[in-house]
Amino acid sequence: MRDVAIIGVGMIKFGRYPEKTVPELAGQAALLALKDAGMDMKDIELMASGNLYQSNAMVGQRIMQTIGQTGIPVINVANACATGSTAFREAYYAVASGAYDTALAIGSEQMGKMGLLGGGAAGGDPAYSTEGVLGSGLMPAVFGMAGVEHMRKYGTTQEQFAKVSVKNHKHSLHNPYSQYQTEVGLEDVLNARVVSWPNTLYMCCPTGDGAAAAVLCTMEKARQYTTKPIRVAASVLTSDPWTQRDLTMPDINTLTRHAAKEAYEKAGIGPEDLDLIELHDCFATAELLHYENLGICAEGEAGRMIDEGATYVGGKIPVNASGGLLSKGHPLGATGVANVCEIVWHLRGEAGNRQVEGAKVGLAHVIGLGSACTLQVLEKV
Amino acid sequence: MAEASAAAPGRKPIVPFLTIPEDPAEKPYLSGSRCKRCGATYLGTRMACSKCFSTEAMESVRLSDRGELHVFSIVHQSAPGVPTPYVAAIVDLPEGVSVRCNINGVEPDPAKLKFGMPVQMVTETIRTDREGNDVVAFSFKPA
Repeated sequence: MRDVAIIGVGMIKFGRYPEKTVPELAGQAALLALKDAGMDMKDIELMASGNLYQSNAMVGQRIMQTIGQTGIPVINVANACATGSTAFREAYYAVASGAYDTALAIGSEQMGKMGLLGGGAAGGDPAYSTEGVLGSGLMPAVFGMAGVEHMRKYGTTQEQFAKVSVKNHKHSLHNPYSQYQTEVGLEDVLNARVVSWPNTLYMCCPTGDGAAAAVLCTMEKARQYTTKPIRVAASVLTSDPWTQRDLTMPDINTLTRHAAKEAYEKAGIGPEDLDLIELHDCFATAELLHYENLGICAEGEAGRMIDEGATYVGGKIPVNASGGLLSKGHPLGATGVANVCEIVWHLRGEAGNRQVEGAKVGLAHVIGLGSACTLQVLEKV
Repeated sequence: MAEASAAAPGRKPIVPFLTIPEDPAEKPYLSGSRCKRCGATYLGTRMACSKCFSTEAMESVRLSDRGELHVFSIVHQSAPGVPTPYVAAIVDLPEGVSVRCNINGVEPDPAKLKFGMPVQMVTETIRTDREGNDVVAFSFKPA
């Protein structure tokens, strides 16, 4: 495998753009990333495009029809919430393998005000719909139960989960790409309407539209374009292994732990070497679970970690300096590439008022239910 | 051949792993399958074992109608038409398999639910399908 660098990133502010098409949103992000890299479409040898809700509609090709048709291979990717990060990994392996010298990864999504996700359609006769009859497959309840399992094991409280929302909203104030930039207090979070206990409204990520892109190339080539290449030290994708309850209650913990073990081994680092993390806080409950899953605290210590403020920017290990999915937003296909953009900006020292000072190694984590986990370990060279 | 399609409406389970006995006096129950090699147990039938990959035919098991509450969430906002609030839960059955369900017969309040509390399965007709069949579903209630 060859060393691969990220030499350009770009994203649009997450939000709602009903007047735009997906290729327009994604094309904007792609052009920003290309400009950042000092390249144009003719320099790109392969494109990986992640989009979930138009996964049957050749989004990658339509982006090229918007910004430049060069005839290169396009891979369209769908992998639930890990769609964008899986596209990034395809681009990474295309270059790392030696098959291509440059690749463009794009993640995009246009969700509008889609409402609650998951649960699955009954498909056919709605009389057989199980939602609200056999529990819930909707994401707020699934991640509510995952949080409740942590409460059961370690006595974690709703208030501790709510503190994640307070932190990530606070971080978002400094991120111009964030869908929401609103500070919320602990009481605001706890008094907001309950969506699926213990998650209240501010503890659930919004739906929205967005796009992000990254240009990857060999480390050798990167030197011709930038003095600040960011090395991809590991790019990992795993699926859910068998565990006792996984088929009934998606086991996001084992899923993430397997990926983390592999990512740390491949990158030759441990969690103590990380300077910042962008992790998959689709719900506030999820973030605390992943502190332990990623090994940044001991088992059962995640509640204490948020109590101590260790994951704020300025703390021991900043988590979701971007505002996280809770505040920055979660246009599904865009998320995994946007996380890469955020880490890259910090490693280059270009993250503005939210900059994690002196950041050298960052981790981007995404999970998609059903289930997939991606981890990207990025290093300043 | 023609008479087979003209079956009179009857009772149909909401999911394939809920078995409705032909004798109406007998209660519906959950069906599972157990791997003969490693013992992993699943809801419904399977082609192969997800844990040990054995493709040997699995043993059919009739699952208990009593279990323990593993975890829950109180759902306040749901899909259109779903009555809220309600208790969505994961129940562990003694055969080593878990099931997703509603917990009825208890207030939808976290203070009223206890981890590990014993629960009892009940079944009822909840809807009628397009062909006129009664759709039978299950839920659990405090035992």
